[in-house]
Amino acid sequence: MNTELSGVLAIFLIAVLLAIPLGRYIARVYLGERTLLDPILGPVENLFFRLSRIDNSREMTWQEHLKALLSINLVWFLFTMFILMNMAWLPLNPDGNPSMTPDLAFNTSISFVVNCNLQHYSGETGLSYLGQLSLMFQQFVSAGTGMAAAAIVFNTLRARQTTGLGNFWDYFAKSTTRILLPVAFIGALVLIFRGSPMTFEGKDTMITLQGDTVQVSSGPAAGMIAIKQAGTNGGGYYGVNSAHPLENPDYLTNMIENILILLIPIAMVFALGFYLKRRKLAWMVMGVMTLGYLLLLAPTVYFEMNGNPAISQMGVSEPTGSMEGKEIRHGAAASALWAISTTVTSNGSVNAMHDSTMPLSGMHEMLGMMVNSFYGGVGVGFLNFYIFIIIAVFISGLMVGRTPEFMGKKVEAREVKIAMFTALLSPLLIMGGTALAAWMMVHYPSLPWLNNPGFHGFSEMLYEYTSSNANNGSGFEGLGDNNPFWNISTGIVLILGRFIPIIGPVAIAGLLAGKKYIPESAGTLKTDTLTFGIMVFSVIFIVTALCYFPALALGPLAEYFSM
Amino acid sequence: MRTHILPSIILTALMLVLCTVIYSVILWGVAQAAPNQGKGFVVEQNGKTWYANVGQTFDDDRYFWSRPSAVGYNAAGSAGSNKGPGNADYLAQVQARIDTFLVHHPGIGKSQIPSDLVTASGSGLDPHISPQGARVQVARVARVRNLPETQVRELVEQHVEGPWFGLFGPSRVNVLKLNLALDNLVSH
Repeated sequence: MNTELSGVLAIFLIAVLLAIPLGRYIARVYLGERTLLDPILGPVENLFFRLSRIDNSREMTWQEHLKALLSINLVWFLFTMFILMNMAWLPLNPDGNPSMTPDLAFNTSISFVVNCNLQHYSGETGLSYLGQLSLMFQQFVSAGTGMAAAAIVFNTLRARQTTGLGNFWDYFAKSTTRILLPVAFIGALVLIFRGSPMTFEGKDTMITLQGDTVQVSSGPAAGMIAIKQAGTNGGGYYGVNSAHPLENPDYLTNMIENILILLIPIAMVFALGFYLKRRKLAWMVMGVMTLGYLLLLAPTVYFEMNGNPAISQMGVSEPTGSMEGKEIRHGAAASALWAISTTVTSNGSVNAMHDSTMPLSGMHEMLGMMVNSFYGGVGVGFLNFYIFIIIAVFISGLMVGRTPEFMGKKVEAREVKIAMFTALLSPLLIMGGTALAAWMMVHYPSLPWLNNPGFHGFSEMLYEYTSSNANNGSGFEGLGDNNPFWNISTGIVLILGRFIPIIGPVAIAGLLAGKKYIPESAGTLKTDTLTFGIMVFSVIFIVTALCYFPALALGPLAEYFSM
Repeated sequence: MRTHILPSIILTALMLVLCTVIYSVILWGVAQAAPNQGKGFVVEQNGKTWYANVGQTFDDDRYFWSRPSAVGYNAAGSAGSNKGPGNADYLAQVQARIDTFLVHHPGIGKSQIPSDLVTASGSGLDPHISPQGARVQVARVARVRNLPETQVRELVEQHVEGPWFGLFGPSRVNVLKLNLALDNLVSH
């Protein structure tokens, strides 16, 4: 078997196999049961809660949860903004890199607080080591926020009527210390021993074999690389992210980093099953997500391994597939796998340049972000999926003429309205943003934004807003996006694209939890069946196709047919 | 919301200590035990060192060429070309690279050139070329260095790194290591 394909298969299978025990562990953490790390981390967390004057056993309503969540996010935003605008004179700046401009600092702070990690700067020249570390901190806690939000929704799904839904601080702190920190730590250790730098020394000078003098950027990279992969953050240490030979030195690190992308998002699905003791429900969710993932993955691997037809027409051979923007040590298949893994999970790290992938590969990358719940980001992926479940329950209810119910709770007009609003916000932000940018390009054609003409240029703009809304953070990086227009407009999309899809599902779940619990009967619509899985998949497919097909037709599809 | 701000600030400060300071310091400590103290792998020859994983410009006829780079192998500013697959300017650039290659490699047909030698890598710092990319340069290197072709070919084959465990991933050739071995061959 082709070793590139076997590598792809191994990465996916190992990720799923590791996700099952991790999911069981996550469920135990959220249920407050005894876990392996209790003796070490228990005292630390208790100390944290005591010093912060937090009573972590106090049950919160869904409104209180959201207030706490938004408060701490505001603190993070202001803190990060301060660091980024003052890096030049703060310590840990051996390369003498400058502070950020206000609009870039705004965009970057928002983008890391909301777990997106859109990067309109380049790591080597745009950040001091202190700046890198402060963003790494955001990679931990923003992921912890998303997971805490999912834990709230898990809690609402239990069979009872309640308004007390656990404690936000407890969920947040434990997501960070018990799940993200250990996973990232293990990942970082492997990376260090495979050649990723973890040092506080500045740039090194090297004289090449041909006699040129080059500067080699270094720094505390390994720690950040591990958490950016594990927390579906994606913001890389170096400008080119995991395509960089120090950020992703060989095929083994590539496998590990790719597994880390998928690991917690998939584990969260299994965690749901263990948490509720409803494994069939988890397998329904897992099945729908995996089907969507594979449908995006297979054609992308094919197109990348098949090579660029415009280049084969020149008469050279393409034995290793399309190589523009790719690294030899990863190869076309693993680059395609990464491209889809990173876009479906809202990670956004890259190991190859998406701008140079084949037109339909680019379309699949965008589709992954548009759906944003085929696994999805840590925690938030399930929240997005939950919205689709609610819509599917509603539509199924209409089709069979029964009151829609989910997990023993009646889904009524208010919940469906919130779900529809949340689901339709994404296309509004993506299309609205892209339309505005396209209007600007038409009226001010001299703007130096696009790196490619024609359909592909349109795709660059569409991709940027899609990535911002999905809190993904990857880009068609040819786009000249470090200027006030892009920094501010994507910044606004980032905020809305993060917090509305958290507030919406938590609100729905909170409202449902407060309703009377109706035990399952023969008349209940079963939600852990194949039929319902197909229903959810159809809802996702129809919503996505209706919303995005026109824009995709103007970008990647038009490019494909014109090549 | 106000009741949550103070706990938020204190918890943030404490988490900062744990997830940033303690985490980084422990990793840094472990890195002191890693090869080259966690500053990236190096190769050494005749008292000089180079980063093994950071690609270099090789465009001299005496050496095996490395891949084109969008940033001229600037290891303090990595970047890919970000050119779309159908971009006309980009395709013209690829065509120019093919033509240059053919001029320097008489007797080689277009169809023998693998595309990695005429396309820019993702990082602009790719340390590798494909095995076919090395083989196609053997005749030129041998001629310029006055070495028997078989000897150079053998050197290339010795430097082909196979898939990991023989199972996963592509084969590749580290250009720096190959060229160092080549220099070594001549000096002995």
